[in-house]
Amino acid sequence: MDQSIAWQLSLTLVAALAAGFVFVIANARQRRDYAPVVHRAYRFRARLFWAIVVLGVPATVFTLSRIPYPAFAGVPANVQVVDAIGYQWWWELSTDRVQAGQPVEFRLTSGDVNHGFGIYDENLRLVAQAQAMPGYVNRLVHTFDRPGRYRLLCLEFCGVVHHDMVAEFEVTP
Amino acid sequence: MANQPLLAIDPLGRRLVLAYLAVAAAVFLLMMSVGLAMRLGQGAMLPLGADLFYQLMTMHAAALVGACAMAGAAIMWYFLSRYVRLTPAVLAVNLATFLIGAVMILGAVIIGKFGAGWTFLYPLPAKSGGQWEIGAAAVFMGGLLVIGTGFLLLHLDCARAILARYGSLARGLGWPLLFRGDDSDTPPPAVVASTMAAIANITAVASGAAVLGISIANLYFPEVTLDPLLAKNLIYFFGHTFVNVTIYMAVIAVYEILPLYTGRPWKPNRVFLAAWTASTVFVIVAYPHHLLMDFAMPHWVLMVAQVISFTSGIPVLIVTAFGALTIVHRSGIRWDVASGLLMLSMFGWAGGVIPAIVDAVIVVNKVMHNTMWVPGHFHFYLLLGMVSMAFAFMYFLNSEARSKDAGAPVDGGLDRLGLGAYLVGGLGFVFVFLYSGQASVPRRWAAHMPEWLDYDRLGALFAAFVVAGAAVFVLGFLGRLRGLWARA
Repeated sequence: MDQSIAWQLSLTLVAALAAGFVFVIANARQRRDYAPVVHRAYRFRARLFWAIVVLGVPATVFTLSRIPYPAFAGVPANVQVVDAIGYQWWWELSTDRVQAGQPVEFRLTSGDVNHGFGIYDENLRLVAQAQAMPGYVNRLVHTFDRPGRYRLLCLEFCGVVHHDMVAEFEVTP
Repeated sequence: MANQPLLAIDPLGRRLVLAYLAVAAAVFLLMMSVGLAMRLGQGAMLPLGADLFYQLMTMHAAALVGACAMAGAAIMWYFLSRYVRLTPAVLAVNLATFLIGAVMILGAVIIGKFGAGWTFLYPLPAKSGGQWEIGAAAVFMGGLLVIGTGFLLLHLDCARAILARYGSLARGLGWPLLFRGDDSDTPPPAVVASTMAAIANITAVASGAAVLGISIANLYFPEVTLDPLLAKNLIYFFGHTFVNVTIYMAVIAVYEILPLYTGRPWKPNRVFLAAWTASTVFVIVAYPHHLLMDFAMPHWVLMVAQVISFTSGIPVLIVTAFGALTIVHRSGIRWDVASGLLMLSMFGWAGGVIPAIVDAVIVVNKVMHNTMWVPGHFHFYLLLGMVSMAFAFMYFLNSEARSKDAGAPVDGGLDRLGLGAYLVGGLGFVFVFLYSGQASVPRRWAAHMPEWLDYDRLGALFAAFVVAGAAVFVLGFLGRLRGLWARA
């Protein structure tokens, strides 16, 4: 969901920017006095600036209110805990089975280098991730809506077998 | 703004600028071809093997960061030397250190099989799993250190020259006009941008040198360790800033050349100066957006990083890109490949900022970080933005050398065809990356799952167009180099 919003929003804004460039390029060969051009452009720029501020501030507040860090999102009492350790090049999981509909706290660390703990659903869609790094435990809390076989793909380059660092786990109903 | 008589560009400096561009141009073409090979490899159309893929990936990134830095430095030095007295010997030293460092990096990758990525993320260089020896890691990181040292000297010389002419870096940023309304000695955009580049890169290179030094020591003395999270901060502060500053140096070409094409001056006003002062701060403090998935980081730092990343796009969009559109609008501009590339560069930079800002939103980053979305946005503003500025400057130099009326068209049908290929290929290439990213395809994977191969193959097709366009620009420039050298 977040991916498709990000894609459509980016596409729309880049298209709007491209339209501005095409408009200017199409009219560039005509020669007009610079002063009125600058006057109109500065007026438009001020409006553009305030539009960015007016839209950007609530968007920032809204997105920051949804940040995934456990200290903000909170960890419920019924959380299922999975310890995960990344190694070159496999994942060691304390369990490979969790229940859908109940939050899971992944406690992520690494036994050697930096790894990325990417959780992919059955459609190969990335649903959540966090870094697994030596010396630290990153706590990623996620609730699986749908049961099924999920895959763990390493998302931080960790050496020559990085692309084969894949594990699976089951989300039960 | 006081009218300042322009200084003559030192003939040695002029030739060194050409040498910088020749090196950068050759690396651009070679490494874009490597990029094409990587996309073919991911698309299972070229059997590279994982070890070679990761070696190529490391070389591709390190060499192109270096080439962007060389091209950006050439543009900055060329125009800055019209306003302040720079030292050509320092420019020569930086060329020498770059070549030494480049040989070290190439040797480490090709002979030593080093493939830990250009970001040398601690402690991966020391833990190769058997692909490379620690000697190769030491030579690679030593090469980066040598290159960084050269750039440190170059920026120090720029800062010295700006201090000698304007009295302080604050004056180099135009603060008297910005804060007091004093327009008696406002620096031109080239000086403002160079001041910003010096402040940001001196800081960044010092950070990079620290982490490189400790990482090299760790290879031979494992008891010398570094906190992995601190190392990550230092590396991304160095890498993020150094790469971004290449654009801020190269954009001087836009400020200097577009006025020649349009007959309209690009005068720094308060908004312009405020934007550059803001960018100086933003480019230094925005790097934690690379660490949004490191939940052990202080959360307030990551939240600030999201806000800073959003605001850092405003100067680019509202001031520089908008300024370029204003200066071109109804200007009667004469279109040729140089002016066309300058416009493309403005679109590439501003356009690339959009998916970059989106990726820096923490909830989006949770499902986009380290996917193809990331090379999508940085290729957008580097390939279409920064590199277009460099190619435009190469055409401009030829135009300037052949006519006192700078901007006179010197390009032919093939050059225009090259521009078309570069535009279509570049846009297609970055949008395939972005689309793959929203489809969750991970970045930096040597072998892709069958579901992803179509994206890779389409990306390779567009990459071939990019290489074709770049070949026209690069081979044309290298072919004209002898004449440019003689006229320098």
